[in-house]
Amino acid sequence: MKEYAYFPGCSLEKIALSYHLSTIETSKKVGVELKELEDWNCCGATAYFHVDELLAYTLCARNLAMAEQENLDLVAPCSACYKNSYFTNLHLKEDPDLADHINFALAEDNLHFSGNIAVKHLIEVFAQDVGPEEISTKVSKPLDGLKVAPYYGCQILRPRKDNEEVEQAEFFEDLLSAIGAEPVPYALKLCCCGGSLILTSRRAALSMVRNLLQNAMDSGAALIATACPLCQVNLECYQSQVNQEFGTQFSMPVMYFTQLLGLAFGIPAKRLGIGKELVSATPLSSYIK
Amino acid sequence: MAKPSFSDEIANLLYAAHGNPIKTCIQCGTCSGTCPVADYMDHTPRRIIGMIMANYKDEVLASNTFWYCASCYHCTVRCPAQIDIAELMYALKRYSIWKHVYPEELIGPVFSETFVKTIVRSGRSYEPILAPAYMFSFGVREFLQEAITATGLMLKGRVPILPPRIKRLENFKRMISKVIPVGEAS
Repeated sequence: MKEYAYFPGCSLEKIALSYHLSTIETSKKVGVELKELEDWNCCGATAYFHVDELLAYTLCARNLAMAEQENLDLVAPCSACYKNSYFTNLHLKEDPDLADHINFALAEDNLHFSGNIAVKHLIEVFAQDVGPEEISTKVSKPLDGLKVAPYYGCQILRPRKDNEEVEQAEFFEDLLSAIGAEPVPYALKLCCCGGSLILTSRRAALSMVRNLLQNAMDSGAALIATACPLCQVNLECYQSQVNQEFGTQFSMPVMYFTQLLGLAFGIPAKRLGIGKELVSATPLSSYIK
Repeated sequence: MAKPSFSDEIANLLYAAHGNPIKTCIQCGTCSGTCPVADYMDHTPRRIIGMIMANYKDEVLASNTFWYCASCYHCTVRCPAQIDIAELMYALKRYSIWKHVYPEELIGPVFSETFVKTIVRSGRSYEPILAPAYMFSFGVREFLQEAITATGLMLKGRVPILPPRIKRLENFKRMISKVIPVGEAS
């Protein structure tokens, strides 16, 4: 049993509740125990870094310090939470003065950052710590013939952490193959969904979403799989606005990778939050028992 | 002592990275070719870096370029001069908020400040409080489309009714006031 400190993040409380539900269900199946951080706070998203960097690091450091108390690595299912937590951890470890300053503030909540844990994205836990081989042994209902566009988005891979390859990722495809699905070549798999531009620079973001949907359709995908709540909301919930804005007729379901894993593990659809979509998951109907 | 140039100011606006090597830019344009939002920007990322180096401070601050950056870091991982361009855009956002200089029609600065105020008050984000920051700048058509999307989400139980808040909120607020004076936070 592998144990992690789980930092769900604000989106998973409501708008991405199905990601939370399917994460809890599937992690149990593969021997991963997620212990939710008791009093986690918002990671600051992009907005905090727009306003004040020091404040943004303090927010993330509070979550890191709470995971350190449990002596567990921190896992975030949201790409923005992951990126912010990962780089706060890194910068504070590299810069003792910065860490001192932030520890002075953390003391108000009886916390201390020491920099002795790692930060991971949820998909890394499944794709690397557990691995596709182990995952394939848990499959009871393979998603045979289901064509899926693996959408990585931005902040799982970028910015670069060490010297790793960031343009040729394949682990999402391997994960989908492990559950019997067929990953399609998806040229825009690393391109941005627009993030918070959907609210602040609507026209630009809607056109970015349109490109991603068009490319998924052209590659023959029945649905898009994602590992980020913001990507899911932009691609799915704004699909009708894209259709109105550009006269397109997209009806492309966008599911969390954990929902697909869950179905392949034989977990009932409802427990995976399937049914909360705005674009209904019709291509999955034959795989739902 | 001579005043620092605009490029020095912007390069050193990062606590963590200890400066961004803006001056090593060779104007190759890889960033602009990579950027998925470049078409919507007044000036492409390559051009904005050129303008910073040429001390075009007012023109840079009057542009929408950095507020259109979605922080996708695609330029950052491709820059042959190892400039962290996405972080540079963050630095420009902070600079313009700090100096309170930005084009009025932009939603980004108001949205970011509203977001920060929400977190400082409750420790967690709450979408319905953020809506006024952008909804009022929408035209009728956009407003209706956004309302329809929000209603759809509500019917599927994907919108929180009550604002969430963390438990140790008092400690949290004191923690924040130790880092930066935020005035009347509550």
